[in-house]
Amino acid sequence: MSMNSTQRSLSGSAQSPRSPSSQPFLSVSVTDPVKLGNGVQAYISYRVITKTNFPEYQGPEKIVIRRYSDFVWLRDRLFEKYKGIFIPPIPEKSAVEKFRFSAEFIEMRRQALDIFINRVASHHELQQSEDLRTFLQADEETMERLRSYETGIFKKKPADLMQIFKDVQSKVSDVVLGKEKPVEESNPEYEKMKHYIFELENHLAEAQKHAYRLVKRHRELGQSLSDFGKAVKLLGACEGNALGKSFSELGTKSEALSIKLQKEAHHLLMNFEEPLKDYVRAVQSIKATISERANAFRRHCELAETMKLKEINLDKLMLTRSDKVGEAEHEYNELKAESEQATRTFENIVKLMNEEIVRFQEQKTLDMGIAFHEFAKGQARLANGIAEAWRSLLPKLEACSSIVNSSNTTEQT
Amino acid sequence: MMNHENRDYEEAHPHESQEVMESVLLDDPSDAQSFTGHLQPSRQVTVSDDPLLSSPLSFTAGQSPKSPYNTFLDPPSYAEAMFASSDSPTNGHETSEPSSRSNLSSSDYLYISVSDQQKEQELTNSLVPGGNTYYTYLITTKTNFPEYGGPGSEFSVRRRFRDVVTLSDRLAESYRGYFIPIRPDKSTVESQVMQKQEFVEQRRVALEKYLKKLAAHPAIRKSEELRVFLEVKGKLPLIQSTDMASRMLDGAVKLPKQLIGGEAVGTVDLNEVAQPAKGGRDLLRIFKELKQSVTNDWVGTKPLVVEEDTEFTERKEKLIELKQPLSDVSQQAESLVKSQQDMGETMGELGLAFVKLTKFETEEAIFDTQRTRAADMRNVATAAVKASRLYRELNTQTIKHLDKLHEYLSTMLSVSNAFSDRSSALLTVQTLSSELVSLHSRIEKLEVASSKIFGGDKTRMRKTEEMKKAVRVTENAKLCADREYERIKENNRSELERFDRERQNDFMSMLRGFVVNQAGFAEKTAAVWEKLAEETNGYLRDSS
Repeated sequence: MSMNSTQRSLSGSAQSPRSPSSQPFLSVSVTDPVKLGNGVQAYISYRVITKTNFPEYQGPEKIVIRRYSDFVWLRDRLFEKYKGIFIPPIPEKSAVEKFRFSAEFIEMRRQALDIFINRVASHHELQQSEDLRTFLQADEETMERLRSYETGIFKKKPADLMQIFKDVQSKVSDVVLGKEKPVEESNPEYEKMKHYIFELENHLAEAQKHAYRLVKRHRELGQSLSDFGKAVKLLGACEGNALGKSFSELGTKSEALSIKLQKEAHHLLMNFEEPLKDYVRAVQSIKATISERANAFRRHCELAETMKLKEINLDKLMLTRSDKVGEAEHEYNELKAESEQATRTFENIVKLMNEEIVRFQEQKTLDMGIAFHEFAKGQARLANGIAEAWRSLLPKLEACSSIVNSSNTTEQT
Repeated sequence: MMNHENRDYEEAHPHESQEVMESVLLDDPSDAQSFTGHLQPSRQVTVSDDPLLSSPLSFTAGQSPKSPYNTFLDPPSYAEAMFASSDSPTNGHETSEPSSRSNLSSSDYLYISVSDQQKEQELTNSLVPGGNTYYTYLITTKTNFPEYGGPGSEFSVRRRFRDVVTLSDRLAESYRGYFIPIRPDKSTVESQVMQKQEFVEQRRVALEKYLKKLAAHPAIRKSEELRVFLEVKGKLPLIQSTDMASRMLDGAVKLPKQLIGGEAVGTVDLNEVAQPAKGGRDLLRIFKELKQSVTNDWVGTKPLVVEEDTEFTERKEKLIELKQPLSDVSQQAESLVKSQQDMGETMGELGLAFVKLTKFETEEAIFDTQRTRAADMRNVATAAVKASRLYRELNTQTIKHLDKLHEYLSTMLSVSNAFSDRSSALLTVQTLSSELVSLHSRIEKLEVASSKIFGGDKTRMRKTEEMKKAVRVTENAKLCADREYERIKENNRSELERFDRERQNDFMSMLRGFVVNQAGFAEKTAAVWEKLAEETNGYLRDSS
């Protein structure tokens, strides 16, 4: 099973299966990666197991097979629908490693996907998502249909295309009307938060980079110890006698420690480097939400502007008692509804983001605390293993040393 | 060579971040104290002391008695031993090791140091203005040898590298069969590539090492050549190695005499027999010895005198076999040191990244969760920085211990030279033996031919007389060569014994030192991480 049961059980409203079934719970796990297909077409499929007592779900347990692009689909849908919420990140696409599909890569991806789906399942808003239900329950054919529809050329729905067109239009009119800067919120607290997020990404990326290097160093040191051990053993075989034995023992110990180092390298990767990487992704996700908020704000402003113009126009028409009044009034009302909608959307995003940032900071302190603890534990375990290995060698060295000394003194006499 | 890398790490990090690092650590007073306490060489525990017998040294920060990681045997912590055990690399005073194994009384000492390199002008009558510059080094000696003028003598001379080459050559002649330490390279390529100052400094270090090795050799330390080198001020009164050209000239003069034979043969300097054939001077001899060695190797005729000492042959074989594995270990040791260094560096960089994060979160904090996280990150940074320093210490010591391997690789070269001395001496003996055999058979032939002629053959009889004279001279030469061969054999034997003994002791103590160092480092590192694990204990509620 996954190594991050701690993370799952600590998140939001999901309770451990041991609690009374009257408590609502939704627990998901991503397991059993299997490589399917050949060559360029190859992909990994995962088993997604859902256990729940939510009434909207088909039953207490459901198992489906999903692949990476399904997760991408889900995330995209959530991002569209739940603007303002920091959607949990998924691992990167990584076109290069896909070909090699090393065991380590597969495990890292599986762990990241498992964390993703659990965060979604334990978020009080996101867990209500219909798309999530589809993802967790739909049969594979349906999933495939949905997935290909989304990733087709016409990924954007007509409404979105219209929106893009309108955005361009408004940008042009901005320039024409002399408004060179895009409209932005003038909220000092929000500015501070944005600055914080952007800076944080830089710092975290650096820490993650060094964490990754540290993993590599462990592997390199492991290799050095192994090579050193082998060479020492050969020297021991050549020397012979008590000295040779000492060399052999040392060489053997060195090789044994090499294994410990490789183990720790893996542990470090999964339990320290990956959480840091995950943190970076989360921050990037927030940046996307910030972008969405900016869009929503612009739209709200533009519609408000347009509405004012339309109002002025309508008044003019009413004064002149034109027959276009009816039409204009109808248009105006439509516009007003749209504008109010846009304002509501924007305000909703602001409200959600304020809640989300609190939750985010809490979540991250927790996630990092666990990661740091695992880091410390792993390093302590390694260091103690090393200390014990070398200490255990000393009595043997002492014994050999006295043999060497006695044989030397007899030679001298 | 490896010491440079440690310094580079220090220089690569900007001062600003060093200060940041310091400030992070100083916030935790108990830790800062324990750390600096270890760096003071207050306790000089030499490697030869048995750490298992010394009283268990408890060490301060971090190691809680309840820690499950203490073994139930509760051995003494090697953590202290690790820092205090070896002499610092800059203090070249390593007389503790040689004196513990040589049979000299502890009061006999010969301590040499090399310092104060200076540029000087060559005083020649050259037409080129400015002339040649070269560097001289101040060689300071402290000794109580009687030959040097009694107890408590201290004196200095200035020597240039050329003088060292001369010394080395003279020793090679006088101490054939001994394992003579190899002198530093002339290495003209390096001197052009490197900065002058750096190269001269490197050479100074190498010279000091070389002279110390000479001083540690039980036979050579008493040599007149060394004494002259160390004591006599002004120009070095040792014969410089003659260049090939003058040798050739000498040889050209002697060659006709050698070829013709006759009375010139009688004037052969017997002492020259004791030396290997040198180019130019001894052309004839070289031809003869070459012929002999071809006979030995290719023709398959067993020479009259052979290497009979099977024990020696066995030991020699063993040593030849030893070279490759030793070289491999030496190489892997360097690789290991590099890996340890890289680990330390990356750990340090990670620590710094977390220091920056801590600072950032602290400054920007709006929520308490951020402050908590900042505090956690600071703990991580502290641990990582400490671990990084420990790695650096580990490496300094590792280099010191494993340097023995490199040293012995160099010694193998000395051994090889000593065995060559023996081979060439043997070859001389064989050549002279063959010469005698051939002379005797020619005399016999002459006598037989002469006896067939009634009344004798005046010419042949004269020739026979000459040959008999040659036989006598050759026999004397052979006696000399035999003596020399025996002498070298004995030197080989005693040196081999000394080498085996010292090598075993040195390697054993190297292994012990290495292991103690590693164990101590690991213990200290474990304490650092255990502390961090404790500090972040609260996050682990449901997991095992």
